[in-house]
Amino acid sequence: MRVMVFVKATEDSERGIDPTPEMTAMFEAMGKFNEELVNAGVMVDGDGLKPSSAGKRIAFDGPNRSVIDGPFAETRELVAGYWVWEVKDMDEAVAWAKRCPNPMPGPSELEIRPFYEMEDFGDVVTPEIAAHEQMLRDKLAGQ
Amino acid sequence: MARDDTHRAIEAVFRIERARLIASLARMTRDVDRAEELAQDALLIALAEWPKSGVPANPGAWLTAAAKRRAVDGFRRSAMARRKHDELARDMDEADDSVAAIEAAIDDELGDELLGLIFAACHPVIAPDARAALTLRLVGGLTVEEIARAFLSNDATIAARITRAKKAIAKAGVAFEVPRGAELAARRASVLEVIYLIFNEGYAATAGPSLVRPPLCAEAQRLGRILTGLMPEEPEVLALLALMEIQASRLAARAGPDGKFVPLTEQNRARWDQLLIRRGLTALARVEALGGADGPYALQAALAACHARARRAGDTDWERIAALYDRLRQVMPSPVVELNRAVAHSMAYGPEAGLRLVDEIAEEAVLRNYAPLPAARGDFLFRAGRLAEARMAFEDAAKLAGNAREREWLLARADACGG
Repeated sequence: MRVMVFVKATEDSERGIDPTPEMTAMFEAMGKFNEELVNAGVMVDGDGLKPSSAGKRIAFDGPNRSVIDGPFAETRELVAGYWVWEVKDMDEAVAWAKRCPNPMPGPSELEIRPFYEMEDFGDVVTPEIAAHEQMLRDKLAGQ
Repeated sequence: MARDDTHRAIEAVFRIERARLIASLARMTRDVDRAEELAQDALLIALAEWPKSGVPANPGAWLTAAAKRRAVDGFRRSAMARRKHDELARDMDEADDSVAAIEAAIDDELGDELLGLIFAACHPVIAPDARAALTLRLVGGLTVEEIARAFLSNDATIAARITRAKKAIAKAGVAFEVPRGAELAARRASVLEVIYLIFNEGYAATAGPSLVRPPLCAEAQRLGRILTGLMPEEPEVLALLALMEIQASRLAARAGPDGKFVPLTEQNRARWDQLLIRRGLTALARVEALGGADGPYALQAALAACHARARRAGDTDWERIAALYDRLRQVMPSPVVELNRAVAHSMAYGPEAGLRLVDEIAEEAVLRNYAPLPAARGDFLFRAGRLAEARMAFEDAAKLAGNAREREWLLARADACGG
């Protein structure tokens, strides 16, 4: 199964990269952990994200859209990075996540969320929806 | 945490370590069965101790140390073989197998040990289907039941296959080491063949109700990723991974809602997995940077990449595909490659070009009863406007077709030729 692992933001990550010795040590430990993930065939993708001060939100309300500039206040709900892992089950994902070095100087959190798999969709994607998707894609390619 | 949860958590940690643990123990004992038993013993010790002590900081080193201690005890107890093992037991007593020492050695050694296990499980002395089963068991960590389900076989057959494979390894005295020198290339080819066989069993299911079996593909991709992690400079290893990632990107689009096969040119490309395509293209770029673009897997990956890059079927670069097949037939000669080459040339340069090539190979013995050959010929003739001949070719193909669905489709094409 494929899971996405979110590194939740903290006040430290929201301040951006600090070239402190602790940060360097963390990057080194993280590099080693990533190498382990690669060698175990678990790592599919992953990267870090800039603080929310570099981000934007698009808010929907009926037909209206408004753009909100970062930074965003509710730090604990923000994401500072992610991985995509291929694992056998959630137990294995948890075991790997526990091995991760603490990504932050203080207390921090990882969140693991499984992807939808082909069979989860069942009849949700009807041939009509699929055909429509294809039409859009054709149009895009034709531009 | 409830007891069951604790056990599940410990078992998950064990599963992560299992392949490396067995690799290390197999190298020490030169006996896969014994290595599996010792690994299992180590799990039991962990299940007894970790709930009290907590999971150690380096569980892999801890498990290895526990299993090795158990192995030494076993050697000592084994009176019959005492003479033979005395020396080994003494060596191991003298060796520092404390957790700290194993931990220190873990980075460079264990990768090599795991690679040694993969090479042993894929050894050419073992029959190909047994190699696949043994690799899935030892390296993939699948249970016999899981492997049986994956291959639509039964437990007894798979268990017997694995036993045969282990016996073949023991009889041939296969070392659990990475081969060196001239042997390496041939043995590596065997490893790649096993991984691709596992992948294809999932991708083009040869039997059973469903057209694709994604878990088997995922397992092969995982093995491929492990192998590229361990041999990052080997172009053909990367090329096989690139090929699998790109092909797997189409799994969701390969079967229609009714379970029927959807050919590449008619697939809904919006359902292709862009993450896997990106991974495949990145791996292929690395293959090319390493100078390996001309290998058999590299050429096949490049072919898959041509399709992956085309947003619409009409955008497919058929000239490049034709050129890649021109090269592939030299590197990996096969009548099926020749036929695919004819199809590619017909798409790039018109039906007459396809006809010319297909007539060159029509007399090949292995293609004599191969339905896709007259089917391709029928298609070229149809596109060239030679309808009466096309009809005959489609009817010939229908006579050779392996299953009813394919036959129906070919007869429908024959009918469409009029006459």
